[in-house]
Amino acid sequence: MYNNDIIRIENLHVTTATQVILKDINLKIPRNRITVILGPSGCGKTTLLKCLNRLTDLHPQLQVSGKVWIDDEDIFQPNVDVIAVRKKMGLLSQRPYPLPMSIYQNVAYGLKMQGIADKHTIRERVQHYLEEVGLWKEVKDRLHSPASKLSIGQQQRLCLARGLAVQPEIILADEPTSALDPISSKKIEEKFLELKSDYTLVLVTHILRQAKRLADHVIFMYLGEVIEQGTPQEIFEHPQTTILREYLKSGH
Amino acid sequence: MKYIPHLLRSRKRKILEENIMKSIMAITTYSIILVFIYLILVISWKGIPALSWEMISEIPSGGFYFGKEGGILNAIIGSIYLSVGATFLSLLISIPIALYLNIHLLHHNRIKGGIRYLLDILWGIPSILYGAFGFILMIVFHLQASLLAGIITLALLITPIIIRAFDEALQGIPEGLLEASYAMGLTRNQIAFHIFVRQAMPGLITATLIGFGRAIGDAASVLFTTGYTDHIPTSLDDPTASLPLAIFFQLSSPIPEVRERAYAAAFILTLIILAISLLIRLCTSRLSKYQI
Amino acid sequence: MNREKWIEILSEKWMLLATLLMCMLPLSMGIGLLIESMPLLQQYRLGSLIRNSAWSPAEGKFGMISFIVGTLWVTGLSLCMAAPVSLLVSIYVTQYAKPWLMRTIHIVMDILAGIPSVVYGVWGVLVIVPWISQKLAPTFGYSSSGYCILSGGLVLAVMSIPYILHLQIEIFRTIPIELKEVSLSLGATYWETIKHVLLRQARRGIIASVGLGISKALGETIAVLMVVGNVPQIPENIFQAGYPLPALIANNYGEMMSVPHYLSALMFASLILFLIICLFNSVSHWIIYKINRI
Repeated sequence: MYNNDIIRIENLHVTTATQVILKDINLKIPRNRITVILGPSGCGKTTLLKCLNRLTDLHPQLQVSGKVWIDDEDIFQPNVDVIAVRKKMGLLSQRPYPLPMSIYQNVAYGLKMQGIADKHTIRERVQHYLEEVGLWKEVKDRLHSPASKLSIGQQQRLCLARGLAVQPEIILADEPTSALDPISSKKIEEKFLELKSDYTLVLVTHILRQAKRLADHVIFMYLGEVIEQGTPQEIFEHPQTTILREYLKSGH
Repeated sequence: MKYIPHLLRSRKRKILEENIMKSIMAITTYSIILVFIYLILVISWKGIPALSWEMISEIPSGGFYFGKEGGILNAIIGSIYLSVGATFLSLLISIPIALYLNIHLLHHNRIKGGIRYLLDILWGIPSILYGAFGFILMIVFHLQASLLAGIITLALLITPIIIRAFDEALQGIPEGLLEASYAMGLTRNQIAFHIFVRQAMPGLITATLIGFGRAIGDAASVLFTTGYTDHIPTSLDDPTASLPLAIFFQLSSPIPEVRERAYAAAFILTLIILAISLLIRLCTSRLSKYQI
Repeated sequence: MNREKWIEILSEKWMLLATLLMCMLPLSMGIGLLIESMPLLQQYRLGSLIRNSAWSPAEGKFGMISFIVGTLWVTGLSLCMAAPVSLLVSIYVTQYAKPWLMRTIHIVMDILAGIPSVVYGVWGVLVIVPWISQKLAPTFGYSSSGYCILSGGLVLAVMSIPYILHLQIEIFRTIPIELKEVSLSLGATYWETIKHVLLRQARRGIIASVGLGISKALGETIAVLMVVGNVPQIPENIFQAGYPLPALIANNYGEMMSVPHYLSALMFASLILFLIICLFNSVSHWIIYKINRI
């Protein structure tokens, strides 16, 4: 039987040579829910997200200690298959970063990397996931033009489709709407609400109202520490700490 | 997560491919370093035994190509005259141009871009063509192969190099400094020479050293324009020897003692270049401490 | 008017004048070379000058083709070696290597780029030439003096590597790290990320760097001149001597005044070189300019 918490973090510390970025993080993230990590910018939200699929490996100056359990596997053990871990997680970053390829290839890339060679399967899946993010109708006539030609909002949805195509279990989203216009933001948010029946979503944001709209579970961070966590009701209606009360009052 | 056997196999192949490529790249990287060490060793191996007091304090006797006696003092002094003169002359042109680009033309992006584009093209023109152009100038102005012609040609050659290096340093100056200086009521001339030059001093010194290094090492441009002689020049009209040409001419001599002079000159030239790189490193780390 | 004002005007005029002079330089170079090669061009047809292989200034034969072919051979050989090597090294130091190796490569690159051409020539004469004549050529069943286009190509490759490498390291450095993150989180290995994403993102920059490498190699004179053999012939294999254009120009500066049209022929050779190099240069810089604007 599956544990109900898909991610568990124990005593996670992240430091550079001169400063502490994350301090003693202990967290549980529930399966098939939207978990929102809330906090002012610079509080370590993004770093926390990068720890979850070991993108911290790309930054040699970061030292990580502690345990991150994903599906009961500690991903910071040296013998862990990093690629398998990363495959479980789709990433949506602040700005869309389309790969330097066509729209079609952007979605097909992850499938090819997984060893799927059958052209027909790839075609079907590309269409399926582009439909799923509501982009198919807009791009079906120019699938082979460069992805960078799309608008920012379209690019972000393309990035979502690309992430979904490799069938992850978890979607990590790092302020995914911060570069978007209100309409595109709304489309992404609606998509998130649909997705949570099949996926676990971890959403980093500093927009309070977005957190209120989407969250099933809220984690409030400040200066590298988790200050409070709980249901939206607990966090937004009955804040326990002064820091959180101040933050809710100022609204950003 | 379940693995299908053929996926697992392709996984292993991927990791194997990565490891093979990584080793190839590592080997290539280390071989570059080895080739560098080998080059320095060969030049020192031949050059150090050839060095003596006589070598660096005497001019060759009996002709630089056949005479067994004497040293390369003519080439050392000639090279110093040529490169100091060329660097000085070039600074007179390149400092104003770089400042003009970064102060007067700061907001004229198209003109600025066009000039930089032209300078980049000049930067890529090889020294042999500067030599040929210098030769044409000599024909036009009825000059003989001389120290002066060499200085002018070398100055033309290193000007784009100095401008680019100095320009890069100036581009790093925040725009706010220019605005603040205007606000203090300074003229553009004062801003340029009192504030910008001081602010970009490490860049200017680096640029000068790079230009000097290019000037002292270049053979193809002085081949046409300075001639070669056994003597130390006494005026700007005299032909002049230089270290690169001392190497080039004397290496092909059938007489071993003459070839020794080429090895010694190559070693001295390499030492000068190494010293310049070291100086550049020192300058950039020392002087940048005082910048904002 | 006060003194300050005068200085202001004077310095401004000087700046403008210097800038204009410098901007005129490429054009005046081209025109100067064209004027000096006119006597030859009036006497002979352009096509026959370029197509003929007979070179004998004393008899009035100025066929350029063996020099052009020699230039292409040496440049091609050197680029075939230098371009892949620099690409491998630039990927390794920017993506895999520890910081100390990156620093070391930077120092090595700076010094190698500063070492004068003539010193590379000495190294080539002492190391490459004997190696080719004694080891490499016999292995392949050729006999060679060692002064051949392969030596020229090898020496030129060693000289071009720091130059191309410098440009390529800059290109790989400016690729945003997020692009790597995206590819990795889609389940690609690090090498696949480099192969499919980074190389694709950098491809125009790589083309430009190779273009600049070519124009650098085309004009390199002294080092090549010292090892390439300098026989005006069309080489049949890489162990034969060749005679590139820059070597032709540099090698005959002494005697050109005594033979009619000789000077003009050398200036014509310079003009060909000038045009080819400016072409490669301006296209490569144009590509770089385009990349930086995006």
